Amino acid sequence: MAKAGRWLRSVAAVFDKDWRSELRTRYAISALLMFVVTTIAILMFSLGSEEAPQEVLSGMLWVVIFFAAMSGLSRTFVAEEERGTTMTLQLLTSPGAVYFGKLLFNLVLVTGLSVFTVLLYALFINGFVIQNVLLFTLTVALGSVGFSAAATIIAAIIAKAATRGTLYPVLSFPVLLPLLLAVINATRLAAEGAPLADAAGEFQLLVSYIVVVVTASALVFEYVWKE
Amino acid sequence: MALRALLGLWLGVVIVLGFGLPMVATPVEWYQLPVIPGLEDKARIIFFHVPTAWLAVVGFAMSLIYGARYLRSKKIDDDIKSSASAGIGFMFCTLATVTGAIWAKFSWGTFWNWDPRQTSIFVLLLIYGAYFALRSAVEGEERRATLAAVYAIIAGVTMPFFMFIMPRILSSLHPEPILNTQGKLHMNTIMLLVFLASLIGFTGVYWWMWRLQVRTEQLHHRIGP
Repeated sequence: MAKAGRWLRSVAAVFDKDWRSELRTRYAISALLMFVVTTIAILMFSLGSEEAPQEVLSGMLWVVIFFAAMSGLSRTFVAEEERGTTMTLQLLTSPGAVYFGKLLFNLVLVTGLSVFTVLLYALFINGFVIQNVLLFTLTVALGSVGFSAAATIIAAIIAKAATRGTLYPVLSFPVLLPLLLAVINATRLAAEGAPLADAAGEFQLLVSYIVVVVTASALVFEYVWKE
Repeated sequence: MALRALLGLWLGVVIVLGFGLPMVATPVEWYQLPVIPGLEDKARIIFFHVPTAWLAVVGFAMSLIYGARYLRSKKIDDDIKSSASAGIGFMFCTLATVTGAIWAKFSWGTFWNWDPRQTSIFVLLLIYGAYFALRSAVEGEERRATLAAVYAIIAGVTMPFFMFIMPRILSSLHPEPILNTQGKLHMNTIMLLVFLASLIGFTGVYWWMWRLQVRTEQLHHRIGP
């Protein structure tokens, strides 16, 4: 028990460290928010007063979230490499604590990002109406967890590579595609007002995706971290 | 040398049989292939297209397995085997995509229509592409080997989800449902034999290329950069 408690405290400490340094610099937060604002503005210009069909709008929402996430989520690991603090962190705590701390940090970022994007999207995009709010909320919540799960391990990989910025979306897209297809489909169902049971398949997929990706990441993270 | 000659002979026979055997509505003689309604002569692609798609998957699976072995052993030999397999798998993946698209032009009237099979092979191409992009972006062979292996594992574990979500979104026109209804193969003995012979032959070619590539890389590694 004492061991588990110590481990949990390490996870919380890594999260706390990242959160504080983020609040001081606001690097990732401002990058994410500005990205969302810019992208939605472009969408509004290109749509004009037209109303796009619901399928297109549900898809575009996740396009905005995907690329916004790609602009800021690699920060946690890239910053460690740039500041040269990787070694110190390796000495101070276990790889597992680092992985889960940073996963938690990314989860908070993605959840905030998704909520912000959905709010702006609902306010400014014509014709985006969600009829089944519960289904939609579940989709966004599970989608955010899945997103941060895959994005964290890929961020750990690209932090060790030379060309980080462009590589991140390239590596993430094939891994995130099953998740993206599932959330886009679930969002479309929510917009059409389908009952919760219709999206059961999507939710099963999302939950098992999260479990599998987090487990696999936790197993291989040590190799990347110690490289 | 002997392997190469044998493979050449084997695949030569497969090609001649695959294109040469007559197709009739009700096969009576042993050498006659059945006509598959809606496909006719276009069904012959099964002898060459399916093995390439199979090797595209095998190439990636082998790359993943040797990648995982590298993480344990830290022997650069395992990474050489892993990356060589990915290279050859990528070639077969491209071949499967191109032959499939050409066949689609004549069967479906368009080269590309985002059929689930086409989408799956496209995602496999993307994964191969990302894998090589990652490899070329990392300095230092040990670091490159580790990161590539980890990426292959992460991409490998998410692939099965793809197979699950695709049918929920798109319906397929791929002839597997025609050839393989209710789990029963609509191929007669000779068709199945040629098909299996082709599968074995193509896998042999993969094996031969892979050994060759691994040997070359090992020698390259021994000489130094």
